Amino acid sequence: MDLSAINPLLFVAGFLVAATPLIFAAIGELVAEKSGVLNLGVEGMMITGAICGFATAVETGSPLLGFAAAAAGGAALSLLFAFLTQVTLANQVASGLALTLFGLGLSALLGQGYVGVKPPRLGDIDFGPLADIPVIGPILFTHDIILYLGIALVAGVWVLLRFTRAGLILRAVGESHNAAHALGYKVRRIRTLAIVFGGACAGLGGAYISLIRVPQWTEGMTAGVGWIALALVVFASWKPWRLLLGAYLFGGITQLQLNLQGAGVAIPVEYLAMSPYLITILVLVILSADKSAAPASLGRNFHASG
Amino acid sequence: MTDTPLLQLDGLTKGYPGVMANDDVSLSIAAGEVHALLGENGAGKSTLVKMIYGLVKPDAGRMKMFGKPYDPTDPHAARTAGVGMVFQHFSLFDALTVAENIALGMENAPKMRELSRRIREVSETYGLPLAPDRTVGDLSAGERQRVEIIRCLLQDPKLLIMDEPTSVLTPQEVEILFKTLRKLSAEGTAILYISHKLGEIRALCDSATILRLGKVVGHCTPSETSAREMAEMMVGNTLQTPVRAGKTPGDVVLELKNLSARSPSAFGMPLREISVSVRRGEILGIGGVAGNGQDELLAALSGETLSPRGTILFQNSDVGLMGPTMRRAVGILSAPEERLGHAAVPDMSLTENAMLTGAAREGLDRGGLLDWRAARDFAKRIIEAFDVRTPGPANAARSLSGGNLQKFVIGREVLQRPELLVVNQPTWGVDASAAAAIRQALLDLAENGAAIVVISQDLDELMEISDRFAALNEGRLSEPRPAQELSVEEIGLMMGGSHGMEVAHV
Repeated sequence: MDLSAINPLLFVAGFLVAATPLIFAAIGELVAEKSGVLNLGVEGMMITGAICGFATAVETGSPLLGFAAAAAGGAALSLLFAFLTQVTLANQVASGLALTLFGLGLSALLGQGYVGVKPPRLGDIDFGPLADIPVIGPILFTHDIILYLGIALVAGVWVLLRFTRAGLILRAVGESHNAAHALGYKVRRIRTLAIVFGGACAGLGGAYISLIRVPQWTEGMTAGVGWIALALVVFASWKPWRLLLGAYLFGGITQLQLNLQGAGVAIPVEYLAMSPYLITILVLVILSADKSAAPASLGRNFHASG
Repeated sequence: MTDTPLLQLDGLTKGYPGVMANDDVSLSIAAGEVHALLGENGAGKSTLVKMIYGLVKPDAGRMKMFGKPYDPTDPHAARTAGVGMVFQHFSLFDALTVAENIALGMENAPKMRELSRRIREVSETYGLPLAPDRTVGDLSAGERQRVEIIRCLLQDPKLLIMDEPTSVLTPQEVEILFKTLRKLSAEGTAILYISHKLGEIRALCDSATILRLGKVVGHCTPSETSAREMAEMMVGNTLQTPVRAGKTPGDVVLELKNLSARSPSAFGMPLREISVSVRRGEILGIGGVAGNGQDELLAALSGETLSPRGTILFQNSDVGLMGPTMRRAVGILSAPEERLGHAAVPDMSLTENAMLTGAAREGLDRGGLLDWRAARDFAKRIIEAFDVRTPGPANAARSLSGGNLQKFVIGREVLQRPELLVVNQPTWGVDASAAAAIRQALLDLAENGAAIVVISQDLDELMEISDRFAALNEGRLSEPRPAQELSVEEIGLMMGGSHGMEVAHV
């Protein structure tokens, strides 16, 4: 066993990358859940985004176009969910599970010609002298733009929910759709927008895996990140900053256990592999011990009367 | 008062599949007028005000405001035109603060700091104390209503619609509300006031329109019309007042000794050291503002929450550790407040609902097998005895109107010959004739020797049927007192109705 093989700088920079898909998927789901919609199709929207982004990037040679296509793909799939739950008033849990299964199948179909292909790389942003600062430089200033976009998105959602009228209306719809309807707010329209935002974010998260983290396409490559994102939203008590913290914790431990495996630590690989899930959930359960509860209308369909 | 009415409704009609909710309804309201809208459940009052507030579109008819056509497509349009509405079931968001709730109901909400300042200003002007930064979930019913009223007042409404505003208030809070409404009316705001409580309407309103089955059946001046006359116009026939025979209470059936219980829900109220006894043939009325431990008391008595040894004695034996089924078997029956989802399963038929609580005492199951024929007969007996209007026992509980389902739920327990019956809000949201029938059934049951605990927020009801009255406040039960010697003021004080008492004397 040789712990000195782990380079701390690469390790920290690596876990920022590992956490980014999770941040995108979870922040999108957080907005959807704040509006009262429980979309269990995150995994399906992620994998659809992953293949849409991958294929577009390969065909056009532009990773940024790939990310745009990923957002569009995730959003398109989420529109199907919005149609099922907001128009035909289908059960949200069942529709979400169906969306995941559908997304997994669809992406496998779309991705048949792309196995083994190498996507174009998205370059890191050039921060100039900032990247030369010891320790901080290599950790913070050697990443691509999408990673920073993820952090900006968390900050943006926090500002939206906390300080803007649009955010207030979104929370109101998630708290009590009947009261919001009585005040004249368009419950279904607001929820549909939130669902589409969640779909676009999940798509971006998926593409971050297929274009940057792993860079390649394999079937089912999101490997449960969508489900972790769902759990993360709950354990983060629907708070954006706590969600960021949880994602970094999860990314950090994932990266650490990979490094430990590489260093040949005498713990069975299975234990190391399960540790990120266990520790993240444990920490977030302790954090979520305060009273902050779920949006009161979460998962309930809205039937307008009259 | 000006000559052009503030709001004029002309031949408004709205139909739903199978019912005419409003049929050719016309009325007019002048500026500064307090106009009452009367009618039983299902008479079409709510539909009418929803049309004025833009929530429902009329099929036919016209509305005019100050002589100009008024045709709101949604509540935003109604609010812009100067119509404010305080809802029967509060349209508030529990997890948000007072200021956030108010901002949601305004068309041009100012910045939060400015809004908080204006909320304080209005709340002082109208004597409605309220802190803008508190979370609504922690407020009392009276305070919640203030949030709604202030939300309307901040937009300088010309017409304020109030749908059953006093059903959850203590007498003192009602006084504060009336002071505010009179002040508003003096400033020229018209008020459309919906209520079942005829006494209040006589005290507050200048004129009244009475609806029955969607049609206007009369107008009157409440101060010159007796409550009985108005009630009979609403019902369409003469009303029977429940009669009680003089009787002497028998042995103690139920005895609570220092009963304390924690509330199962986060926003609930724990019970604190409740001691009281109820005798055979006696009705104990328990009043109090909602959320002061009513649900928890019912749960403790019915067996939904278990209590420590020695705190609940039934006919001198300890039942604290018995669950609901065992308590039913010995004769403790109960009917909780929430009809759909607690007292009855909404999507099950009346037969199945009859089976659910009647199985033990009516012998509806034999060795674990259900006797559906007996259950159906039992359901039919309830429907007949309590005049439940439904095509038959195979109909789902959800399909019944509130009053009819309530008659079924109460009847189901009464027909099982309880030794002790505990009911919570037996006539909530039930129209006058059904309420009278339910109260009469409770009186008859007591006459035949059962002990009854009636938990209710309707003081008139408690005064009408209880022998002794006690009030729940913050989970504590006051000393019971004979109901006939109590005045409304004394009851208000027992209920701890000191919320905003300082304002009542301004």
